[in-house]
Amino acid sequence: MIRKEIAQDLPRREYFKGGHTLCPGCPGGILWRLVTKVMGENSISTLGATCISLPPAIFPSVLDIPSIYVSMATPAPLISGVSAALRILKRKGKLAKDEKINVFAMAGDGGTADIGFAGLSGAAERNDDGTYFCFDNEAYMNTGIQRSSLTPEKTWTTSTLEGKSQPKKNLPLIMAAHGIPYVATASVGFPDDFIVKAKKARDMEGGFRYIHVHSPCPTGWRFPEKKAIEMARLAVDCGMWLLYEVTQGDLTLTYRPARRKPVEEYLSKQGRFSHLSKTEIEEIQAKVDRECRKYDF
Amino acid sequence: MMLTGNYAAAYGAKLARVEAVPVYPITPQTTVMEKIIELIKTGELEAEYIPLESEHSVMAAAIAAEATGARVFTASSSQGIAYMHENLFVASGLRLPIVLALANRCLSPPISIYPDHSDSLAQRDTGWIQYYVENAQEIVDTVIQSYRVSENKEVLLPVAVCYEGLIVSHFLEPVELPDQRLVDQFLPPYEPQHVLLSPKKVMHLSVYVSDQYFMEYKYQQQEAMENAKRVIEEVDQEFGEKFGRTYGGLLQPYRMDDAEVAILAMGSNCGLARMAVDDFRKEGIPLGSVKLRVFRPFPEEELRAMTKNLKLLIVLDRDVSIGMGGIVYSEVAGSLYPMKSKPALVNYIVGLGGRVLTLDRLKALTRDAITCTKEERQERSVRWVGVRGLE
Repeated sequence: MIRKEIAQDLPRREYFKGGHTLCPGCPGGILWRLVTKVMGENSISTLGATCISLPPAIFPSVLDIPSIYVSMATPAPLISGVSAALRILKRKGKLAKDEKINVFAMAGDGGTADIGFAGLSGAAERNDDGTYFCFDNEAYMNTGIQRSSLTPEKTWTTSTLEGKSQPKKNLPLIMAAHGIPYVATASVGFPDDFIVKAKKARDMEGGFRYIHVHSPCPTGWRFPEKKAIEMARLAVDCGMWLLYEVTQGDLTLTYRPARRKPVEEYLSKQGRFSHLSKTEIEEIQAKVDRECRKYDF
Repeated sequence: MMLTGNYAAAYGAKLARVEAVPVYPITPQTTVMEKIIELIKTGELEAEYIPLESEHSVMAAAIAAEATGARVFTASSSQGIAYMHENLFVASGLRLPIVLALANRCLSPPISIYPDHSDSLAQRDTGWIQYYVENAQEIVDTVIQSYRVSENKEVLLPVAVCYEGLIVSHFLEPVELPDQRLVDQFLPPYEPQHVLLSPKKVMHLSVYVSDQYFMEYKYQQQEAMENAKRVIEEVDQEFGEKFGRTYGGLLQPYRMDDAEVAILAMGSNCGLARMAVDDFRKEGIPLGSVKLRVFRPFPEEELRAMTKNLKLLIVLDRDVSIGMGGIVYSEVAGSLYPMKSKPALVNYIVGLGGRVLTLDRLKALTRDAITCTKEERQERSVRWVGVRGLE
């Protein structure tokens, strides 16, 4: 449930409608609904090649906000192009000067952290005007569950049959290192927290804002369709995904559980970790403990 | 005014009142970008300069800015064009009238900054209109013409204005800059109706379709290219009426009326070909030349009409498709093949990576082609010129 005071100023109108083509149980639809309600109808969206770009792209589109897709690597430079055009058209009086149009990107973890990384870093370094949402389901799910640089260590995918040997790239902190006005992590399991952050990003005057949303994938993670939200909350409650925001260089945790859960509770519920031995789970726990200590989590 | 080819391209963009310029530096294009930045800084051009981190992103930003309703100009060369490749298809597929100044430079390896046409011709199938021009004056005029062509409702395709790097891009030439007031009359502001990213009317650009729509989509692009032939001719003529300069539209003939032999070339080699024509004419040899000014759409009908009385057509290619031969030659051969009576064809691969083709050498190879054709000697139709160890 979303707290009333957080949701009450969101439009009742749906900009992302039902009948879409996402997998059963995919929380991508939830993310689309929340993002579009926060950004509102005066928005333009840019897309990467990701599971969640299919619902708007397949005719008839379920998205009531204009969108553009060019190629997998380009959601961020599309923000740059759209926002530059809006600036000049306003300056030349072709668009109303006071009209605020929110430009936002929706992209997947591979499109963001791998093939689109140069474009993302470039747009952040130029501080181009827009909000970038990374929909992180921790692998290339649209092509059939291949590893990305945001796949966690030891995870089974169809391209890491014995588990991935490298750790997950810490992309939010890399984005924070660009010195952009706003970086936040979020989770589809924590809609209140997400809405607050998305609104904060929306209401900023210009600059590049980055929100990294952790989003469990029933198909690729191998868990029952009804458990996506449970899985999303477990990831945060066990410290494998931290919710924070970085404004002007200061990192603030936005959620702390009363008691951190053991990672085993999260890992054991997913087929992608079913090959893990007790020792391997302990190794993951030790790493998570070390990471959480940094933030006193 | 004395201008380099690159500065001429920048002034063409300025006169066209472009509104967004996404660009990434690469030799030999970079001075186009520098001049644009300078023109924006001095207030002569009101536009947004977007310093992207790669050419791949340049073309994405160009597409996005154009789709949002701004008139877009960009420039690139060589590896930069190659890096843009996948997005070039999107620009034409979304029917966005972007104009790109392309200072031709060969593709590596070996690494070289000198010109040939391999970089732009490798983009043959991306659905872009391609002009090949030969001097600074033609660059500024063609950039202006390009916006009229590309934004024409019957066309709506992006345009590349190609000219050889360094020898054209960096060479200072006297240029007559068209009057801004006249250009404004010639080229009205861009008002997109077909595609527009605007919250006022929801459109999704680049949708996913099944096999039920894909071929129709491509066929419409083909139709637009066909329309472009007529529009390119009309725009060149109208430009001539207004500014006093025309370039033959698609093809520019030189002393072709009674020619029996002709040299067909693109870009700066056209000037050399005309010199050869004059020299041969003095000897009484009926040589003419054809400048292929527009490579896409390929002027098939027009070329047939222009070459139907020839005995021999010599095609100079400043490019090569490894494993076949000249790219222009293949297109010319394909176009002329259905004719009942057609000229013999000889293809010379010249000037790769900036190697200089001299007038003497061009005349020698022309003589050689004439002799071989007369004696009906069966030689390879594709011949490499000036290669060490071959001559």
